[in-house]
Amino acid sequence: MSKEVTDATFDAEVLKSDKPVLVDFWAPWCGPCRMVSPIVDEIADENADKLNVVKVNTDENMETAAAYGITSIPALYVFKDGEVAKTIIGARPKPALLQELQEFIG
Amino acid sequence: MTERQVVIIGSGPAGYTAAIYAARANLAPLVIAGSVTAGGELMNTTDVENFPGFPEGIQGPELMENMRAQAERFGAEVLYDDVAELRMNPGAHGITTALGAEYTARSVILSTGSAYRELGLPREKELSGHGVSWCATCDGFFFKDQHIAVVGGGDSAMEEATFLTRFASKVTLIHRRQDFRASQTMIDRAKADPKLEFLLDSEVAEIHGTDSLTGLTVRNTTTGETSELPVTGMFVAIGSDPRTDLVKDELTLREDGYLAVEGRSSRTNVEGIFAAGDVIDPVYRQAITAAGSGCVAATDAEHYLANLKEPALQVSLSKE
Repeated sequence: MSKEVTDATFDAEVLKSDKPVLVDFWAPWCGPCRMVSPIVDEIADENADKLNVVKVNTDENMETAAAYGITSIPALYVFKDGEVAKTIIGARPKPALLQELQEFIG
Repeated sequence: MTERQVVIIGSGPAGYTAAIYAARANLAPLVIAGSVTAGGELMNTTDVENFPGFPEGIQGPELMENMRAQAERFGAEVLYDDVAELRMNPGAHGITTALGAEYTARSVILSTGSAYRELGLPREKELSGHGVSWCATCDGFFFKDQHIAVVGGGDSAMEEATFLTRFASKVTLIHRRQDFRASQTMIDRAKADPKLEFLLDSEVAEIHGTDSLTGLTVRNTTTGETSELPVTGMFVAIGSDPRTDLVKDELTLREDGYLAVEGRSSRTNVEGIFAAGDVIDPVYRQAITAAGSGCVAATDAEHYLANLKEPALQVSLSKE
């Protein structure tokens, strides 16, 4: 499982992380987010040693969503050393996500 | 390798209706629903007001949940995976999923629906998710108090434009002609909306913005004059194209790219392969017509299986 991160904890959990962090920006009303969420959880479980995976509810954490210019969800952002290293917009099947994330989990 | 009587590819109204009928005919259908697209296009809509049986309307996702539950109640199995390959071989069609599951199917119902059409302009892809969107219900929320453009003249353009006025300071609907394909109800609703303005005889010529959308250049289709529209969001609703990638090399397509079927049936040119819903329908494209089409496909598949002669099966067995 991946943990929920908020505006208050984003800096510590994501930007200051030693490992790359995959952030799943989602909202409860977003259908495709619900579809991709269990896939993100699987990726988290299977790559726990290489990648931290967290979720940000954009309804409750608008500051973080705005700071990264989120205008479409689901949006998966990989942060490395405090910087955005990869963005994946929209729900994708697991094999496609794994391929996109290859450089972080390969 | 699991053998199935019926495998249904896709899970919109056509796929789930086919599943309900096939399940009630004791065919234990497998629905390969899609890993992130299950429920189809209606999962991204809000109020469905024209599906019979719901006098107060119903939410798109709820309608699709109901269809899935109804299919499962009669023994349909729903798999949240994608079909990577379909090898046509009458009597024993082979299916491989993206996650590596293998099935053989005596009959296959294709209900893969359609995919949103893009404008095909530079910057469109780069700014997708950064101001350019195809789903108002998914992304409208992020454009609070901003000026948004909606491109298109059909029902979905009207619906998106009307929906977006909940959030936007202003919505400009850009359409190439004066007349609309949309239904009168939708047009009337859009025209009555004080936040919605129409830019007709107009098309998007250029998309501007480096990190996020900053504006559009709009060209008048009769005079050729251009003007700037400083929007931060653009929702594209210019129709969709049938999803035929999986089968387009083996199945006969119509000239317009839709799967060809025989008359009012769902029969394709390959024995045991049936098609239903938006992937065969360039005209009506409604939830209810797709559902009706799914019923046709399940009925055709049922008749086909009842009449399937043994030699076809033996061919498949000798191959393995």
